[in-house]
Amino acid sequence: MYFYHFFIAFIGLSIREIKKFSMQKGRLFSAIVRPALWLFVFAAGVGSAKGVDPGILNFYPIQNINYFEYITPGLLGMVLLFSGMQSSLSMVYDREMGVMKILLTTPLPRWYLLVSKLFAGTILSVIQAYCFLIICLPIIYLTTPFVTNISGWIIAFPCIFIFSLMLGALGLLLSVYIKQLENFAGTMNFVIFPMFFISSALYPLWRLLDNGALFVYYLAKINPFTYGVEMVRAASQGKIYYEGILVVILCTLIFILLSIFGYNPQKSIFKKSKKR
Amino acid sequence: MVKNKNILSISNLKKSYDDFLALNNINLNLDIGEYVVLLGPNGAGKSTLFSILTGMLSPDLGDCIINGYSIKSQNVSALKAIGIVFQQPTIDMELSVLENLNFHARLHGLNLQNLKQEIFNELKVNKLDNKTENKVRTLSGGERRKVELIRALLHNPKVLLMDEPTVGLDPKSRKDLLHKVLSLKKNKNLTTLWATHLVDEAENADKIIVLNCGKILFLGKPNELQKKTRTKSLSDAYFKITEKKDESL
Repeated sequence: MYFYHFFIAFIGLSIREIKKFSMQKGRLFSAIVRPALWLFVFAAGVGSAKGVDPGILNFYPIQNINYFEYITPGLLGMVLLFSGMQSSLSMVYDREMGVMKILLTTPLPRWYLLVSKLFAGTILSVIQAYCFLIICLPIIYLTTPFVTNISGWIIAFPCIFIFSLMLGALGLLLSVYIKQLENFAGTMNFVIFPMFFISSALYPLWRLLDNGALFVYYLAKINPFTYGVEMVRAASQGKIYYEGILVVILCTLIFILLSIFGYNPQKSIFKKSKKR
Repeated sequence: MVKNKNILSISNLKKSYDDFLALNNINLNLDIGEYVVLLGPNGAGKSTLFSILTGMLSPDLGDCIINGYSIKSQNVSALKAIGIVFQQPTIDMELSVLENLNFHARLHGLNLQNLKQEIFNELKVNKLDNKTENKVRTLSGGERRKVELIRALLHNPKVLLMDEPTVGLDPKSRKDLLHKVLSLKKNKNLTTLWATHLVDEAENADKIIVLNCGKILFLGKPNELQKKTRTKSLSDAYFKITEKKDESL
């Protein structure tokens, strides 16, 4: 009986997320257009005929890889990152609209509600990521030689899922501290952009060392997004990047635990609220 | 599970926000089938009390026992026993009436197939049966409140908590909502704790609690308050007792 309650509540949360997503027609469109622009415009401008050398950490069978191909895992991460942050936005929206009160007064453990919401959001993120791949990759495959097989993206599914889970958990954690929808612009500037740009999504990290940008290099090395991107890159080649998997799983657990702590009325944000 | 003859029992409850004491040593009991009105001016501590009763805030001291379960240590079991209508709307405006009700039913682990007819009947009684597919955003304030009340009762709670539910409603909608809650008491023996600052909503109460500055000033029957304050109307009695408190501050 208890298991049924847990299951049906998860279904309820998922249905609501999917329903709301389906009503926001522009959300899927922008989730695809944003990385598509990077792929078709940025990569076309920055990439060279020689390709890019991933350096020591190379999961590809060749040393110089087509730039379109190199940035694809990074752009996939971009879709997941934006979608994860969108989940935090939906939590803030729920708080502003009062729906959060209904969620928090549901007779289920709070950790379960948060984890269910996280998984529901993750399912949506992964759907968006695969939509991006399905729409954009065939165009690139037709024009440039790719070493990654289509099957590589299917094999990469578990890694894409846990990567998405980590970014969703980060979004959940941020939603503890973002009090108003207007503050989302801050999330863009202080979370999304630094996380994306200071990573191996757009360039191999050895380039930072080469250019003497040591500080940025070390920042990228401690950025969990870097490990997520490299984990997906490796998985798309049928390889396992253990270090990446470990960092992503560890970060996911830390973000979830901190979120649960943040939403606990005895220890959390609610306690910080001052009433006069 | 704590054995208790009261359906809701609050003991030695204390809550402060930094140096501001929002609730000071609150003790009260609600019996099965009672319609209890919690009266108090704005800032009296009513919403803080409701936040504690619903597990959204943790008290500094004391506890609330709902249907035998502590909201502090057994909040999942305690929350099963309560239906809540909050002061501010807590309904998803972008979803339809039916989607909102289904969402709540699923969160409470209810079987939608069994509940389908019950939901339809309730919507019909509340004259919302032709608006089931309408987005909540398109409903009037009174209709939204009705949906929230239907939602709060979907899982057959033992206690109904209404936190200033008539705020922003026109007189007709207010009257309808009050009438509906009183009929629930009569027909289903439902215990209700109704917070308000509008004295006329307390006239039919079994018990009234006057709360001001986080303290209970009076707890008893409406006519007892009138007797105590030697006033002719409940409204005068309420103003007298709260004024007295204000002057003493």
